Amino acid sequence: MSYQLPKFRHPALPVNDLGYTKADYEGAISTLCAGCGHDSISGAIVRACHELSIEPHKIAKLSGIGCSSKAPTYFLGNSHGFNSVHGRMPSVVTGAALANRDLLYMGVSGDGDTASIGMGQFAHVARRNLNMVYIVMNNGCYGLTKGQDSATADRGSASKKGEPNIYSAIDLCGTALQMGATFVARSFSGDKEQLVPLIKAAISHRGFALIDVVSPCVTFNNNPKSTKSYEFVREHSDATGTIDFVPMQKEITTQYQPGHSHEVTMHDGSSIRLYKMDESMNPFERRSAINALEEHRSSGNILTGLIYMNLDSRDLHEVLETSRRPLNSLDETDLCPGNKMLLNINASLR
Amino acid sequence: MKRIESVNDFVIKFANVNGTGSASANNLFAKAVFRMGIPVSPKNIFPSNIQGLPTWYEVRVNDKGYLGRRGGIDIALSVNPQSMAQDIKEVLPGGYFIYDNTKPLDLRLHRSDITIIGVPLTRICNEQYEDPRQRQLFKNVVYVGVLAALLDMDFKVLSGLVEDQFKAKKNLVLSNIHALELGHQYVHNNLEHPIGITVHKSDQVGDKILLDGNTALGLGALYGGATVAAWYPITPSTSVVDAFEKYAKRVRIDPGTGQHNYAIVQAEDELAAIGMAIGASWNGARSFTATSGPGVSLMSEFLGLAYFAEIPTVLFNVQRAGPSTGMPTRTQQADILSCAYASHGDTKQVLLFPSTPKECFDFGALSFDLAERLQTPIILMTDLDLGMNDNMSEPLSWDDERKYDRGKVLTAEQLEDGVEFGRYLDVDGDAICYRTYPGTHPTKGAFFTRGTSRNEYAVYTEKGEEYEANMLRLLRKWDTINQYVPAPITVDCGMETETAVLYFGTSEESSREALDHLASEGIYLNAMRVRAFPFNKEVQDFIERHKEVFVIEQNRDAQLRTLLMAEFEFGPDKLKSVLCFDGTPISARNIRKQIKTHLNGDNVLPLHRNTALLRAGESR
Repeated sequence: MSYQLPKFRHPALPVNDLGYTKADYEGAISTLCAGCGHDSISGAIVRACHELSIEPHKIAKLSGIGCSSKAPTYFLGNSHGFNSVHGRMPSVVTGAALANRDLLYMGVSGDGDTASIGMGQFAHVARRNLNMVYIVMNNGCYGLTKGQDSATADRGSASKKGEPNIYSAIDLCGTALQMGATFVARSFSGDKEQLVPLIKAAISHRGFALIDVVSPCVTFNNNPKSTKSYEFVREHSDATGTIDFVPMQKEITTQYQPGHSHEVTMHDGSSIRLYKMDESMNPFERRSAINALEEHRSSGNILTGLIYMNLDSRDLHEVLETSRRPLNSLDETDLCPGNKMLLNINASLR
Repeated sequence: MKRIESVNDFVIKFANVNGTGSASANNLFAKAVFRMGIPVSPKNIFPSNIQGLPTWYEVRVNDKGYLGRRGGIDIALSVNPQSMAQDIKEVLPGGYFIYDNTKPLDLRLHRSDITIIGVPLTRICNEQYEDPRQRQLFKNVVYVGVLAALLDMDFKVLSGLVEDQFKAKKNLVLSNIHALELGHQYVHNNLEHPIGITVHKSDQVGDKILLDGNTALGLGALYGGATVAAWYPITPSTSVVDAFEKYAKRVRIDPGTGQHNYAIVQAEDELAAIGMAIGASWNGARSFTATSGPGVSLMSEFLGLAYFAEIPTVLFNVQRAGPSTGMPTRTQQADILSCAYASHGDTKQVLLFPSTPKECFDFGALSFDLAERLQTPIILMTDLDLGMNDNMSEPLSWDDERKYDRGKVLTAEQLEDGVEFGRYLDVDGDAICYRTYPGTHPTKGAFFTRGTSRNEYAVYTEKGEEYEANMLRLLRKWDTINQYVPAPITVDCGMETETAVLYFGTSEESSREALDHLASEGIYLNAMRVRAFPFNKEVQDFIERHKEVFVIEQNRDAQLRTLLMAEFEFGPDKLKSVLCFDGTPISARNIRKQIKTHLNGDNVLPLHRNTALLRAGESR
């Protein structure tokens, strides 16, 4: 592994609508272990943002603490980043998003950062329906402290140390649904074809969008007895269907099998097309999504794909009726009522 | 018996039951005295309870303008049988005890050294009103009418106040005035009046106002341009955000579109509250949170991040009696050390110490300028006494020409022009570096904010020398900060003295009064009020100039003294403590007594700290 990114770029690298190449969305070179699922997720984020032609500096990437939370250094190098406090990324994003509603907020967290120390903030940011993408790089263990089980490790699953986990697992998708999240998806770091359109859809969604991405830890949790290993996940995942994301004003060119597809227009005018859908579930109905999650859980399989999306979502800014102009752009003339009002207040206090 | 006789100089204590609507009636009394031109300082002494437990309201009326707690009760007005035994005991000899004698006073409680005045409040109300809730509410107003007659107050002032208070609701004006008259009339018809203590019109309040510190802070945040408030409910700070919201609703909502130029989030806990405040200011909005001691403990980790990553943060700490849940509805200044050095690792946090509602407003607004200019947390340290009680204060004012100081922020144009940007690069030599807001420029100015060590260009590093250089720069920044924070105020007694006093925050009024009394006994002391940490050089010089300095504070462990010793390396002989930590505001009598005890030769430091503290306690 080299420690510096090569500056050279192929002159024929494809550019997006803004004229940026994919390299403009990349970050510093990763210091995670070779083969870490997190690096694939970073790659998927880069691809999604590039393909969606989002201006790189109009994204803010925030994280907590842990291997996952180091990842934002390794993508979107032209975006401001904030590696905050363990488990507290949601509150920092909430404040940041309130300050400037015009940026895209990409939160990155891990299973320890979200399901243990940050459970409270995770629950509440979902409940407030903050307009953000919340990606959990979920490997079922604490990597930076050398492989302890995390709260998303399945009961009976064993990491490299070999001791089976004795506690039941927290299902982040199920929890998010219960807490009122308006977009819930699950994917696998090894399945970019599924993950990239899901990230795009999450970005287009107005409100809180969780993507729980199973992302194997090659060093501590990729052994035969682990349910978060590459092999296990490949063998045990069931997709709700295949998802395709069509940005606004783009022509739909893919041909689909008739009968099993479903097209939905999103808030920003783009659309998603779901095909090869599992007919037993409806991802636009919360109850159906919860049932599907539970059925897969009890059969020992991992449900991936778009699990739930609320098309009538109202995000925190809409609920609070905050100004269309970002709050951080307001100055004295907008904010300060002046001395005259104080004279009146003084008079009322005598 | 020698009755207490005085005009415009007394302490009255109302004893009520929590949740019976007594607060507004008591407030009516205090405000009426204030409108008659006499300085007042009302203090709520309330339980951590919503309904049913005893609650008190102590009002000091003082023509000379002494507003601190005096100590001692001249008049007790008791409508709470639960606390009657205690209330009657507290009255000073020669004082007055006014009570509801619908039920006769327990003979065992009788005292021959005070004047006991019975008024059948319950009976009067039961005869007048059918509705039980009205009986209860108006009983409070009736006793204000009783007081007006007993103290020979101007009834027109009271009725005028009621009219102002219920402007829009004519029937409420009439019914309240009627209740006042019921009490007034009863005294006229049945009791000897006025008593030895009277209230007469005066002209000692000038253009002053009566306001609680929390409302002033909320207004300070509004005027200071705060747009994001994140908080978690905790006594005694809750009313800060309440006030901010009240006024924001009035002036920050566009009447045409209904859009809000502010956002308030009640967070899930204090960790989230400060996380939101930090996230918002990182992103260029002025934001704040308000809390009290337990909240500060929870916020400590984030305060370390904001210190180290240099993110403007405004935190209003309305202190209460700790540790732990402590006495949540009682006052103290006991978070000095936990705030000054908040968080793990080497940290120093900026503290501001307002003394009056006017200073709450001024420092509240100033906090945002300081936070952005200095890129660090600003912790404004007020307390329950200042925050939740109406305090007489200079009127609030704002210079309409004033511009917000947004600190060192690079714009897209500057970045485009090729200004070298290193987030932690000390370009100007004042140890304060330039920052950029997210979203400023497509290819320049982005950086990674982190709580881990990094170099001057915000790139992660574990090199010891780079970490150390950054920590030393933060120490140099402390010197810059020192030039920006409010300077102390010196009160010179007009002569060279060996001994001096130093105080801060809500100890001011009582300290000043104690100094006047000591001066009248021939004991002259220079005084200084500290208004911020870092301590200004003036503070060091002042202490060095005197042989001995009494540090007056409202906590057990002499926390400000410890801080002074740590920062200036003064020995323990130099600084003496005057303490009060029973949860009530420190009184002038207490301060005077502690200082005199010490000056009269009782200056051998007892072997056991406990003995010293017991002594402090005895002299309260």
